Amino acid sequence: MTTIHIDRVSRWFGNVVAVNDITMDIGPGVTGLLGPNGAGKSTLIHMMGGFLAPSNGSVTLEPSPGPDGRPVTAAPIWRNEDSYRHIGLVPEREGMYDFLTGHEFVLANAELHGLPDPRAAAAEALATVEMEYAQDRRISTYSKGMRQRVKMASALVHHPSVLLLDEPFNGMDPRQRMHLMELLRKMGDEGRTVLFSSHILEEVEQLASHIEVIVAGRHAASGDFRKIRRLMTDRPHRYLVRSSDDRRLAAALIADASTAGIEVDQAEGALRIQAVDFTRFTTLLPRLAREHGIRLYTVSPSDESLESVFSYLVAA
Amino acid sequence: MYNPTVARLTCRALLGRRRALILCALPALLLVVAAVVRAMNGADDAVTSELLGGFALATLVPLIGVIAGTGAIGPEIDDGSVVYLLSKPVSRTSVIVTKLLVATGTTAVFSAIPVLIAGFILNGNSQQLAVAYALAAAVGSIAYSALFLLLGTVSRHAVVIGLVYALIWEALIGSLVPGAKTLSVQQWALALAEKVAGSSADVNSSVGLVAALVLIVVVTVGGTLFAGQKLRTLTLAGEE
Repeated sequence: MTTIHIDRVSRWFGNVVAVNDITMDIGPGVTGLLGPNGAGKSTLIHMMGGFLAPSNGSVTLEPSPGPDGRPVTAAPIWRNEDSYRHIGLVPEREGMYDFLTGHEFVLANAELHGLPDPRAAAAEALATVEMEYAQDRRISTYSKGMRQRVKMASALVHHPSVLLLDEPFNGMDPRQRMHLMELLRKMGDEGRTVLFSSHILEEVEQLASHIEVIVAGRHAASGDFRKIRRLMTDRPHRYLVRSSDDRRLAAALIADASTAGIEVDQAEGALRIQAVDFTRFTTLLPRLAREHGIRLYTVSPSDESLESVFSYLVAA
Repeated sequence: MYNPTVARLTCRALLGRRRALILCALPALLLVVAAVVRAMNGADDAVTSELLGGFALATLVPLIGVIAGTGAIGPEIDDGSVVYLLSKPVSRTSVIVTKLLVATGTTAVFSAIPVLIAGFILNGNSQQLAVAYALAAAVGSIAYSALFLLLGTVSRHAVVIGLVYALIWEALIGSLVPGAKTLSVQQWALALAEKVAGSSADVNSSVGLVAALVLIVVVTVGGTLFAGQKLRTLTLAGEE
């Protein structure tokens, strides 16, 4: 049971603030680090993995109590090679000694950890990720998913209590994705601290029970997925609608409680509608149009992008 | 201090196909030139000294040093694979020391040994010239490896900077401009050659032997410590 404490951590690069005063604890189980691209997820993971110093605040690792039950004091991860006895790292970048075979690569990782029987450990890790069939091929011949699995094996070889994965599902096909999810779920159930980052809502939804949302370097939300999901679906939805009679349509729509505001955009020649009850609005709009004999030319959601979902979360 | 796994990975990366080809080409050129010169001029100590000092020590050794020194770490940092070395309970100093040993060994094998053979081809080791220059090349290999290994950890353009240093500073300025000679690895190595070679041989260094040895030790130890420090605080550029 190992916990990573992130305490008032900021990180800036020159004038750019990548991570802004974030405080969170990552404990046992699977945690999803969710945020749009460029939100600071990788920066945060690099700090947890000891490859970036926080500009401010501290990132510490608190291992499980020793055999005598006494709690072990948390130690900073930056410039502390010993913390890698507890941490397994799956980086996002592809560089990984392509001239080695999968087996040689995992074996080298086991040796670097100073394990008593590196061969057995490498064999076990390769079996865990089901890569034995290709272990004697050079990594340069691997597909993206195979590389990802060998990276996993190299991170698991010393049975770490913490597993940090940066965008692990990028470029994986659905079957590989499912397999990796199963594996991570199992690790979480075993009591390991598993943290993965993703910018895809559905991935996080399927895998993590607990999520941390980062938007523009700030800690936007934290907690149970369902709660956050509700926040996301309950937000006002914005639509752009063009019709044969915008003003009459607007009048009919505003009479219903599912809309909160309608603007006649003269320049665009369209209505900007803010709906508060998503389900009701989507059935109401076509029905009203038919009843009033109005033709709908355009109905398009104007803020479905992930960024707007996230920015709503920040405001919430 | 020495980590066999790090050494194995570094060796395999260094002696990968393309790099090994360049590492072999330069010494091969030296041997060919030596054979041609011997065939045309016969054995001549002055010519031997000129070729081994002017070409081998001034150009071959620093060039091999650049390839081996920067190649021992630069590509790993560039493509990010160094993460797998550094995310381990292995001290960063031992990573650097191991890489220095591999780079030094590689540079020495591909420079000192060809120099020795070329010396024997040129004048049959008359006046100890072959041994003197080979020894100088071996000692130079240590300082060059430390220097270029450090360069590989601090700059993404290590090869270019290294080449400019090797070709312009060592081969040109270090051979011609008197003041610059004192700060040239080549001259330090030559000081050793001067000591070993026969007294009537034309081997001259502008640096005294003691000063040269001190400078070599300072550069090697200082460069390695600094590189280890750089590696301890190595940050990986995020891809955001």
